[in-house]
Amino acid sequence: MDALLSFWNSLPDFVHSTLFILALTIVLIVSVALLTLWERKLIGWMQVRRGPNRVAIFGLLPGIGQPFADVIKLLIKEVVIPAKANKVLFRIAPAIALIPAFATWAVIPIAPGFAIAQVDAGLLYVLSLTSVGVYGVILAGWASNSKYAFLGAMRSAAQIVAYEIAMGFALVGVLMVSGSLNLGTIVEQQRGALFAWNWFWLFPLFVVYFISGVAETNRAPFDVAEGESEIVAGFHVEYSGIAFALFFLAEYANMILVAALTSVFFLGGWLSPLEGYLAADNALFQVPLLGLFLNSGLHWLLAKTFFFLCVFLWLRATFPRYRYDQIMRLGWKVLIPVTIVWIAVEGLMVYFKIGPWSV
Amino acid sequence: MSRASIIKTFLLSELLKGMWLTLRTLFRPKITINYPEEKTPQSARFRGLHALRRYPNGEERCIACKLCEAVCPALAITIESDASDDGTRRTTRYDIDLFKCIYCGFCEEACPVDAIVETRIHEYHMEHRGENIMTKDKLLAVGERYEAMINADKAADARYR
Amino acid sequence: MLVQFLFYAFSAVLIASAFGVITSRNPVHSALCLVLSFFTSAALWLLIEAEFLAIVLVLVYVGAVMVLFLFVVMMLDINVEEVRKGVTRYAWLGWLTVVAVLCEILGVVMVRRLGVDVTQAPKPLAADYSNTGELGQVLYTKYVYPFELAAVLLLVAIVAAIVLTMRKRKGLKVQDIAAQVATRAEDRVRIIKMKAETRE
Repeated sequence: MDALLSFWNSLPDFVHSTLFILALTIVLIVSVALLTLWERKLIGWMQVRRGPNRVAIFGLLPGIGQPFADVIKLLIKEVVIPAKANKVLFRIAPAIALIPAFATWAVIPIAPGFAIAQVDAGLLYVLSLTSVGVYGVILAGWASNSKYAFLGAMRSAAQIVAYEIAMGFALVGVLMVSGSLNLGTIVEQQRGALFAWNWFWLFPLFVVYFISGVAETNRAPFDVAEGESEIVAGFHVEYSGIAFALFFLAEYANMILVAALTSVFFLGGWLSPLEGYLAADNALFQVPLLGLFLNSGLHWLLAKTFFFLCVFLWLRATFPRYRYDQIMRLGWKVLIPVTIVWIAVEGLMVYFKIGPWSV
Repeated sequence: MSRASIIKTFLLSELLKGMWLTLRTLFRPKITINYPEEKTPQSARFRGLHALRRYPNGEERCIACKLCEAVCPALAITIESDASDDGTRRTTRYDIDLFKCIYCGFCEEACPVDAIVETRIHEYHMEHRGENIMTKDKLLAVGERYEAMINADKAADARYR
Repeated sequence: MLVQFLFYAFSAVLIASAFGVITSRNPVHSALCLVLSFFTSAALWLLIEAEFLAIVLVLVYVGAVMVLFLFVVMMLDINVEEVRKGVTRYAWLGWLTVVAVLCEILGVVMVRRLGVDVTQAPKPLAADYSNTGELGQVLYTKYVYPFELAAVLLLVAIVAAIVLTMRKRKGLKVQDIAAQVATRAEDRVRIIKMKAETRE
């Protein structure tokens, strides 16, 4: 064990980070696969159905093999490139959609004191990368040289620009609490009990952020960019096989990302909710395993992320799609004013030293 | 907009109501039937794959009256007839094109001797071109194989005729 | 060494994409080249440890401005020939700009050559130095008035743009979404109770 540890420490920094990045990417891809299955299961249950329950792995857990069967199917299908498409852009668009969804994970504080990159301007990095993700959609829509794909791309562009502003304003509120752009500090600052987390004092911003997150990932009820009932499949109508799978992967990776970011910004990331109720020297923390479970750590971030992912699916199972003009109105005329009002309220709270600023 | 409705909008009460509904549905027993293992009940009048029947003594029921061919709205039935060895009128060809057939059951209604029937079989498939044509031999084979079921279905339905 | 290699690599891409912006005939390609050059300039800024500027460049220009640019450029069906007509009339202006910029660049480079180091290399910064924090500190203390003025200027521009497009025309048919959303079932459906009809 010691030998392994010293070998690990002897490796240069770039090997460390490369291995971490590799591990994170693999975990993300596998969780995307499982998320697609969980989505179909959960939405099925909410619609009084059973969901996929046929493809088992080694006869265990019926349904668990479904995403892998789907991936294999997509891998062996032909990628059809339309004759009049812009071939170069058509090929790189899925990659452009995918890269930001993975790259953003670099700054997310995964466990106490750990992130792949401890960037001081971490929050700005997150914002800029999530906004770059839209290029994949726009380029796919334009390069396909198809009416429906183009309409989907245009819708997506306008929608993302609109909701990014609400998202940014909601994060301004978080910044006012934490006083730092570093995501690790933002989590640290929320230390305390359940009600010391940002969601309590910033509740409107929390709701606005999550709604704009749903809109930013083009998920139902904001999925007009896909809108299969009106513009077939929107921006990826011309894509098939693995190119389509990459868009799929990007969409679900973005979902996981937004869920993780929401838990980092508003639900205390890896902080344990019991922290404020049990003293740090409580006997319970000494119990093996249970103590580890009650303490802050990676598992709390995973649990919170999973909760938000379930809310994503829950929204999809519940609400019909917004009309396009309704989406624009909601973004510009409801969410942005709400955030601005709450930022003003927060200013008052800072002045009168209420809530998180009382110390 | 009244004040009450503004408050209602910003508390998202109606959205939460909808989400509460889906959450409750999540825990309700599921209505899906696991198809190949479980099946939904089927009526005795179900109109599926066709069959030609014989009398208990083995004689073909069909007398080539061509009423079914005449009534068929999809023109799926083709019949040719000739005198048989014992001098009775019999079909030499009785084809049903399953691709044309709309499973309306008119042929069964029109038949004066209950020769052509539609069985309850609905799980059949074709793998090669031409298999969609049910020839006389195939139809008779179906009838022989499922005679017991056909008889039982006819008996169950007899009260209402 | 690595930094130098990265600098030259990014500079090469930057120059190539900048050329792409002005040489490609398709406006969408031009816009995309511009995006690429923004990215590479951001990378160059990262190399000189100006990470705040680099990230904000990507956030504002790539994330918002260029998306809208592309949005418009893709929507318009630009007739390239029509636009190119008469472009030579302004060629002298273009050349003038080229000469001016070239002189400035040469001036900076040449001064270095002559051994007169006008622009001193910045001192190496401590490891815990936060570019973002320092910028914020300066922006909100020393330069708070210019900063706020710039913000107000932008606000005025936004208001002006909205005022220019917000005109109430007669006979204009628009949906009032707020009214649509606020409708109740009672407004639309009237449920009446009546006796079932009987046969004579």
